[in-house]
Amino acid sequence: MKKLFTILIVVMCMFSMTACSSSGNSNNNNNQANDVQAIKIGGSGPTSGDYAEYGNAVKNAAQLAVDEINALGGVQFVLNFQDDQGDPDQAETAFGTLMDWGMQLSLSTTTSGAGIRVSPLYEENKIFAMTPSGSNPLLTLKGDGNNENDYYGNIFQMCFTDPNQGIASADYISMNNLGSSIAIIYENDIDYSVSVYNKFMEQAKNLGLNVVYEGTFVDADTDFSVQLTAAQQAGADLVFLPIYYKHATYILNQANTMNYAPIFFGVDGMDGILGQDGFDSSIAEGVYLLTPFSATSPDSNVQHFVSEYQSKFGSTPNQFAADAYDVVYAMYECVKAGNITADMSAQDICDAMVNQILSLTFTGVTGESKWQANGQVTKVPMAVVIHDGAYTDPQ
Amino acid sequence: MKKFSMKKLFSFLFNRKHSNMTISYGIVVLMYLIIEVLIKTNNLSYLLTSLLVPTCCYIIVALALNLVVGFSGDLSLGHAAFMGIGAFVGSAISNYVYSLVPNIALRVIVAILAGSIISGIFGYLISIPVLKLSGDYLAIVTLAFCQIVKSLLNNIYLGFDDSGIHFSFINQNFTLDGGKMLINGPVGSTGNTKFSNFTVAIIMVLFTLFIVFNLINSKYGRAIKASRDNKIAASSIGIDVIKAKTLCFVVSSILAGGAGALYALNYTTLSVAKFDFNLSIMILVYVVLGGLGNIPGTIVATTILVLLPELLRSLSDYRMIAYALVLIMIMLISNNETIKNSFNSLIGIFKRKDQNNA
Repeated sequence: MKKLFTILIVVMCMFSMTACSSSGNSNNNNNQANDVQAIKIGGSGPTSGDYAEYGNAVKNAAQLAVDEINALGGVQFVLNFQDDQGDPDQAETAFGTLMDWGMQLSLSTTTSGAGIRVSPLYEENKIFAMTPSGSNPLLTLKGDGNNENDYYGNIFQMCFTDPNQGIASADYISMNNLGSSIAIIYENDIDYSVSVYNKFMEQAKNLGLNVVYEGTFVDADTDFSVQLTAAQQAGADLVFLPIYYKHATYILNQANTMNYAPIFFGVDGMDGILGQDGFDSSIAEGVYLLTPFSATSPDSNVQHFVSEYQSKFGSTPNQFAADAYDVVYAMYECVKAGNITADMSAQDICDAMVNQILSLTFTGVTGESKWQANGQVTKVPMAVVIHDGAYTDPQ
Repeated sequence: MKKFSMKKLFSFLFNRKHSNMTISYGIVVLMYLIIEVLIKTNNLSYLLTSLLVPTCCYIIVALALNLVVGFSGDLSLGHAAFMGIGAFVGSAISNYVYSLVPNIALRVIVAILAGSIISGIFGYLISIPVLKLSGDYLAIVTLAFCQIVKSLLNNIYLGFDDSGIHFSFINQNFTLDGGKMLINGPVGSTGNTKFSNFTVAIIMVLFTLFIVFNLINSKYGRAIKASRDNKIAASSIGIDVIKAKTLCFVVSSILAGGAGALYALNYTTLSVAKFDFNLSIMILVYVVLGGLGNIPGTIVATTILVLLPELLRSLSDYRMIAYALVLIMIMLISNNETIKNSFNSLIGIFKRKDQNNA
């Protein structure tokens, strides 16, 4: 009898959990979609964990854009941004949560690895998605990504792809004669870093850049003295860092303590370094990074966005925030042009959005963007240099 | 012919020796039936549907780890590696035989078998140095094994096309003419087709339970438990302690590999980053909170702990804090004498009633 009782309790517990979850979902619905006429935008990103800077920037900026658009009257949006900690498994469950909520448009994911996982799900469920910062080509291309013409068709990118960043970095360094001897330190256990590195090396060879040292590390590493000493001994006057800001803070700190001061050159993963808690931004003085967005640009759109973001969230927006802000506005333009309404099904919205986006030339805070049918964006890359704790134009 | 008696069946199922078995199978089958009904009536949310197979994978790997930690008494932090090996072998095999084997069920079986066997071979190889150690040292070596496997998998480039299989290490020095990349360095494996479904997963869980119960209730199982309780006493009565522990470790790695393959077949992409130290710790948490050597406890704890972070999504920013608090509370409550006693006395009331009736 005792055993039967135990089984009964266990099953009841489990059952009540399933029941709880479904009632939890319906509560969510009531809270967030109090306006029935609003188009539901979903999205996920790391709002906690190692890469929280990225996810929170996207979440805040997207919310800011949604609020601004809603204040205009006319088309109404409602945003539901889930935490995925940059993990593919959690991104998939976040996608499930958003599906249960009734998502009609999506910001896909903030990070690439998570995005590659959910792209087939967006295709399967025919939901229009545009990722602000998922830069791997596999987000929009099927299979191994070798075939440019085998694409999902309903997934678009707002940022450059990784290979393009590697090529653009090499071009920029060569054009501006930033360094005569180049060292590269990259993380060899993430695809982002490896694919930027590969394309950079290819292009460096074409341009005749002198690469004197290549060092690698893995995610768990915090000590970079070996790589930095080797780079210093090889006589590198420019260190290329196609990595995320988390490790870049260690590298900059350690180079500073060993009095090694080459030019550091990063790509978009370096963005966010100034917002890192406990990081002395004076150490990042003189760091170059490739980004389509500079908060100090005199452009009036940019200035409006930066001041609104600062007054709401108390920090200077980075490129991730700018990309997310642009994604929501690009969606808004398409929704307006395509006469899309909230009572349409996600599938119908998807078809209409794809039609609109391919003919759209969008000017936002990250410059002028156009999209190819394979989902990749065409825009002009730009480098900034960190000066007095802010991005400035190198010239 | 033996007369069938309900009472006999009942006493068989619920006697001291078989009760754990009955409860474990009972939970799994009941959950399966409930979930199938919910799916058929369209009452299961998209979120929970997507969590079914992963939950089963973690149950299997937690049961596998419980063999080592609970029954053999060795602390292994390398089970994420076995799961990773199984996952990558399973995914590579299923992609490779995609066009050769048209039958989906057969393909799933081939992939899971391959994942289990390769993982078992690694389990055997690693058990040779590892089981010469004990306690902290064993944990450290298995942890190192986990890191080694992760680093190796991160640098493997494996693909096939019409001209055969291509392999390179650290840098990709081949290009494919058509064909498909099976393992693409840190990107892992992408563009796969989903094969796993909940029924396959439940069959795997039942199969795992079958293996685990048969092992621990057998002659070898008693030898394993004796080696755990007192190594010297066990060897003094002629038990080969190392052999018993090796058997347990290899069976555990085979099951973990199978779980990994099942996991890989449930997703369209697979990356090495998942199979790190944190996953090993997570599995250990499932086992410890479920109870060392407690099979039904492991099943329940794993289910709850896998689902919990998702069910707490409504708390948004406070989600992970709440999750950690729940973990601490479970630990405190399950070790609290007062709560345990009151629960037991509650059961006691029912028991007494039962006896009075009889």
